[in-house]
Amino acid sequence: MSNIGSYEERLKDFDWGIAKEVLGWEDGELLNIGHICSDRVCARGQADKVALIWEGFGGKKRTYTFDDLRVYSNGFAKFLVDRGLKPGDRICIFMDKIPSLYFSFLGVLKMGGIAQPLFSAFGDESLEVRLESAGTAAILTTRKHVKKVRKILDKLPELKHVIVVEGDESKLKGEEMFFDVEAAPRVEEFESYVADPETPSVLHYTSGTTGQPKGAQHVHNSIWGQVLTTSWVLDLREDDIYWCTADPGWVTGTSYGIIGPWSLGVTQCVLDSGFTCARWYEFIQDNRITVWYSAPTAIRSLMRDGVEPVKAHDLSSLRHLASVGEPLNAEAVIWSEEVYGLPFLDTFWQTETGAMMISNYPDMPIKPGSMGKPFPGIEAAVLDLKTHEPIQEPGTVGLIAFRPGWPAMFREYRNKPDIYRSKFAGAPEDATPDELRTNTDLWYVSGDRASIDADGYYWFVGRDDDVINTGGHLVGPFEIESALVEHEAIAEAAAIGKPDEVNMEVVKAFVSLKPGFEPSGDLELSIMNFIRKKLSPLAMPQEIEYMEKLPKTRSGKILRRYLRALEWGEDVGDLSTLEDD
Amino acid sequence: MDEMKDAVLEYVIDEYVDEDDDMDVGFDTALISSGIVDSFSMVSLKVFLEKKYNITLSDGEATPEAFDTVTSIVELVNKHLG
Repeated sequence: MSNIGSYEERLKDFDWGIAKEVLGWEDGELLNIGHICSDRVCARGQADKVALIWEGFGGKKRTYTFDDLRVYSNGFAKFLVDRGLKPGDRICIFMDKIPSLYFSFLGVLKMGGIAQPLFSAFGDESLEVRLESAGTAAILTTRKHVKKVRKILDKLPELKHVIVVEGDESKLKGEEMFFDVEAAPRVEEFESYVADPETPSVLHYTSGTTGQPKGAQHVHNSIWGQVLTTSWVLDLREDDIYWCTADPGWVTGTSYGIIGPWSLGVTQCVLDSGFTCARWYEFIQDNRITVWYSAPTAIRSLMRDGVEPVKAHDLSSLRHLASVGEPLNAEAVIWSEEVYGLPFLDTFWQTETGAMMISNYPDMPIKPGSMGKPFPGIEAAVLDLKTHEPIQEPGTVGLIAFRPGWPAMFREYRNKPDIYRSKFAGAPEDATPDELRTNTDLWYVSGDRASIDADGYYWFVGRDDDVINTGGHLVGPFEIESALVEHEAIAEAAAIGKPDEVNMEVVKAFVSLKPGFEPSGDLELSIMNFIRKKLSPLAMPQEIEYMEKLPKTRSGKILRRYLRALEWGEDVGDLSTLEDD
Repeated sequence: MDEMKDAVLEYVIDEYVDEDDDMDVGFDTALISSGIVDSFSMVSLKVFLEKKYNITLSDGEATPEAFDTVTSIVELVNKHLG
């Protein structure tokens, strides 16, 4: 019997208060995610239980108990407070998936700070726009990544503290500080900040079609959504060994790679090394992993390597599999059932939603290729593309939307109230973020399209905008285009997502060159590496097409949708605004 | 063969290893499984090989395993060059 039991039964008289029952919560307990994931677990008699099994490249392996989590997160919290950092300060965590990432995340929350985790493969420009937008006061990083911070430090007057948590202290420069929490004196006691349900907790940046990335602000109250979805969808139990493959630079890596499992006192594994099929299977085998939450890109890569590597490993410990980040194709679900004896259950949610919204559930029949059904307590619909009214007709494509008010919902886009308002269908022009997120007459529109079949299952169709979903990560075309035109050879540029068998989409760039430059293989490589270093490997165009001139509207705006339609073999639509040659 | 190994190694060091890293990268250093080159960045390495040696590598060949060391990369390129 799964934790959720019958999905249909759970829909009846649902109340988010069930999350408190799942956690054994008592009135008057301290609400602070950092505290709940460490001190509270220890106080409930699990101090010596293993919290984290970490493996890095080259056979490095370390194991930490919940008491270690408690003490090392205390260490980070105290260190930050001693530096003068205060509740509400944005503190960026910019490192690979090393143990200190996890300790510092909890430590920042414990001292009342806002944790701002960023993907460590970001280049200096991607880092700069996110730190500037957040007004980040401190950054915790490693020797490997501090070089990117040094390049942009002069442009970030609000960034007062650069703290290196690993590496060689003698290599630090300027006012950089060194803090190795495992080598520092143990901090046995730290009084966690008493958070209000609406106290900001985690700030994740997400990309849109236009403009720079937006900071989706979450609050400590999100924990109720994360606890209950972890219990009912991931089906985590006390004796599970859990592996979430996501990086905490993205929301899955914090909601389900830290908060969900640890609030429930579950042991989790982290593998901090590059992807190879054999290494992943070895990791599952050696650690006897029981529940595995991964992404379609990884699953399709494993599919490509076939069944032989599966046979070469003992994966019999696995009992439950789930997937997130992009739609999971039916073939992958069927394949996983054939080779692992278990289907991957698809889950749908976003940075903004903070927790799973539409999912497949243990014990609910799966329709391979379907996103599943809305989580109990979530009122979902697909809205007509023009009228924004819910569509009643099965199979008709519309916009996936949710009634506001679920616990893990983002509270604002940092300093961008107009963009926040634009996400709500029918929002009054003067509505504040607080009014929007609590108005259950509105719909929060996700930006994705789907249809609902006669049985109530949702079927993903695609994005409703130009955002590129590559390997489960959203990349904004504007950010790529802005960086492309900084290359010495490029006059103008457009970026789109093109279909890809493994990653769903990859970035394709269309560029016109400045006088004196000619298309060549060397130039293509130069452009690719330029973007890879400046933004991130995810944003790197995997194909570059040279054009004499990019298609534009008469007002001079590059017609990205026209290029995308051509690439996908779709109808190019109304071209009446296309600039004449 | 050695010339090709040197050229590939030089490209990897120039593009993926920071100047002031103490990392000692050689022909048999793990590139993908160590995280020096991530799976997305592998594409630029693939493009480099295709342009430099005038070959086409299929997605089935350009796997993380095949790209994991300079030695294995050179073996793959040599298969195409006959």
